[in-house]
Amino acid sequence: MGLARLLICISTAVRKQFNNSPFPNIVHAMHIAVCIKQVPDSAQIRVHPVTNTIMRQGVPAIVNPFDLFALEEALRTKDQSGAHITVLTMGPPQAEDALRKCLSYGADRAILITDKVFSGADTLATSYVLASALRTLDAQQPLDLIFTGKQTIDGDTAQVGPGIAIRLGYQLLTYVSAIRDLDADARQIFVERRAEGGVQVLQSTLPAVITMLEGANEMRFADMPGMFRAARQEVERWDREAAGIEDIKQVGLKGSPTAVAQVFGPKPRAVKAVRIEGETPAAQAEAFVERLFADFPQLEDALLEHLDQLADLGAKS
Amino acid sequence: MEQFDVIVVGAGPAGNAAAYTLAKGGLNVLQLERGESPGTKNVQGAILYADALEKIIPDFRDSAPLERHVAEQRMWLMDENQSCTGVSYRDARFSQEPFNRYTIIRARFDRWFSEQVKAAGALVVCETTVTGLLRNDTGKVIGVRTEREQGDILAGCVILADGANALVGSRAGLRPEIDGKNMALAVKEVLFLPKETLEARFNIGGKQGVVIEIAGNITHGMAGTGFLYTNKDSIAIGIGCMLTDLKRQQLTPGQLLEGLKQHPAVAPLIDGAEMKEYSAHLIPEGGYKALPQLVGDGWMIVGDSAGFVNAVHREGSNLAMTSGRFAAECLIDLHQAGQNATAANLSGYKQRLDDSFVMADLKKYQHVPDLLNDQPQFLGLYPRLVGDAARQMLVVDGEPKRAKQQRIMAQFRDKRSLLGLLGDAYRFWRAFR
Repeated sequence: MGLARLLICISTAVRKQFNNSPFPNIVHAMHIAVCIKQVPDSAQIRVHPVTNTIMRQGVPAIVNPFDLFALEEALRTKDQSGAHITVLTMGPPQAEDALRKCLSYGADRAILITDKVFSGADTLATSYVLASALRTLDAQQPLDLIFTGKQTIDGDTAQVGPGIAIRLGYQLLTYVSAIRDLDADARQIFVERRAEGGVQVLQSTLPAVITMLEGANEMRFADMPGMFRAARQEVERWDREAAGIEDIKQVGLKGSPTAVAQVFGPKPRAVKAVRIEGETPAAQAEAFVERLFADFPQLEDALLEHLDQLADLGAKS
Repeated sequence: MEQFDVIVVGAGPAGNAAAYTLAKGGLNVLQLERGESPGTKNVQGAILYADALEKIIPDFRDSAPLERHVAEQRMWLMDENQSCTGVSYRDARFSQEPFNRYTIIRARFDRWFSEQVKAAGALVVCETTVTGLLRNDTGKVIGVRTEREQGDILAGCVILADGANALVGSRAGLRPEIDGKNMALAVKEVLFLPKETLEARFNIGGKQGVVIEIAGNITHGMAGTGFLYTNKDSIAIGIGCMLTDLKRQQLTPGQLLEGLKQHPAVAPLIDGAEMKEYSAHLIPEGGYKALPQLVGDGWMIVGDSAGFVNAVHREGSNLAMTSGRFAAECLIDLHQAGQNATAANLSGYKQRLDDSFVMADLKKYQHVPDLLNDQPQFLGLYPRLVGDAARQMLVVDGEPKRAKQQRIMAQFRDKRSLLGLLGDAYRFWRAFR
């Protein structure tokens, strides 16, 4: 194998159940769910100097920016081939604002999954609740695609999207940077996935969960009818029962095995800056590398070994 | 295209008062706000005058986010960096319900007010800027144009409550553009302190609050004032001066505020407080003489957009709410009578203003802006002389008091001549009578 920068992988996994629709051969308008989260605007967040916890007071709540890329991608799919978009979130009552924002951009339906028993949820419990709600939604109108952002800006785990896919048994496409082609009739999707060192082009069957990468698109500016719809439309509220949740032990704090053991901020190190001298840029670079190797001898060994391997590979191919 | 009875542009005190009253009156109201949510673009000290709000929402005290009621008022004359001459008025009756004035934090208060507007039945759409007005062939305003696609919206009447910049009316040619000599630029910081510390420093307890209005050379002789208000666990401190003065003296309001914060009369009060909010805003202080045309075919102007500010008494939001309510009441009357919003019919709004404290107070102080503009000694020289006089009388140094008095009088005459003093006394009386 050479050092090809572009890897092309074809996902051949086929889902057992081809289509949830009772009439699999009849073309229907696609149903897309977009999972979003209302988050504190991290650009305006401050950390408490003593407890190291996030001070949320007075920080405006926004739609998780990564989720907006997911919503916009869903909206583009709707523009191209027609689709019904349901946007949903699990959160406190005030998360309704975030859902209304999504309605203004063009989502058709908004569901706020909210119940006191959901509070204190980690990613495991959250994906359980969302998966249950999505299953309920799917029973109402079969789902073809679920979009979500690659991660949230407050938790930064990137676990909920994959969690939903696994729980629902849908195909999982993470870090997607573009949708190349979507064939609703053939139940197939081609996407570009950003991977280390290159871009993978993946083919998958529907239904699938797609977590979108930032910069994949640019969120549209809502038109006036969209603003009116967002201001007027009802945001549905689903409690535990409506979301179809049976096992209460799996939601909220009870269903969350993650515990924060310690929160700490990085301490500034008491190290003085060193100026690397050298007549020419090349001499400076050389002096810098020597300095690095002197401080980290193991780095020199590892690097030399790696270079040897590369040379071997080059000789073979 | 969407069609409403009334479109209210702006969700400040004037716009909210208008939209609330209209919705309660059964009209189909759309309120457009350019900010992300009502309150995000709004800046005030802020004092809430209960009377104006009570006439709109009688039981507002049950749910509105109020900080403290004003239990004590202080008036300070401050020089640039040393002295402060002040009077304070504390009245036990100020601390008896129902309270007359409250300190508030506008970001919270405006959000609450907007909730009431929505609950009353108005449709509120934020993040939408009105860029122009729609007119028919006769020139009557029949709606607004927004920046959004498919953004034209029709209405029987448009109420402009778009604030001090008054951009919508100016762009549509309904009024002249705002003039720097009628505009103050004020800056403000919100400084947070533990509640107990704050209450100890200001000698207050419970929900009591202190209001300090500040004049004098702290503004470097420019027409302007400062303020310091106590909230629950924060202090709002600010200062503002006329735009033309700031331009002439090449000073920024931020420099003035820094001077105020470092003044020995203020520094101990805010020591150790954490600044969490910084804002700036224009205040239309031109008064009666600067009022634009208030009504036309299909439109009305209310609040700061019209310039309803009583700069002498630091009142504005109450005039704004009252003007918004009047505009709404006029439209409700017309609606019930099945009449259109022609300029002639809308003069009922103007009539209501004329019959109320709004115009009465603005007329009373109509000469003050000119006085302060043309006679800067009232803001610079006199406060300094008063401060000097107080210092000389209070320093005990063996000099007989009569000799001190004579020297002080000589200083007054020296700085401003006997004729000048008499003239100033007359001018002052005339402006404030």
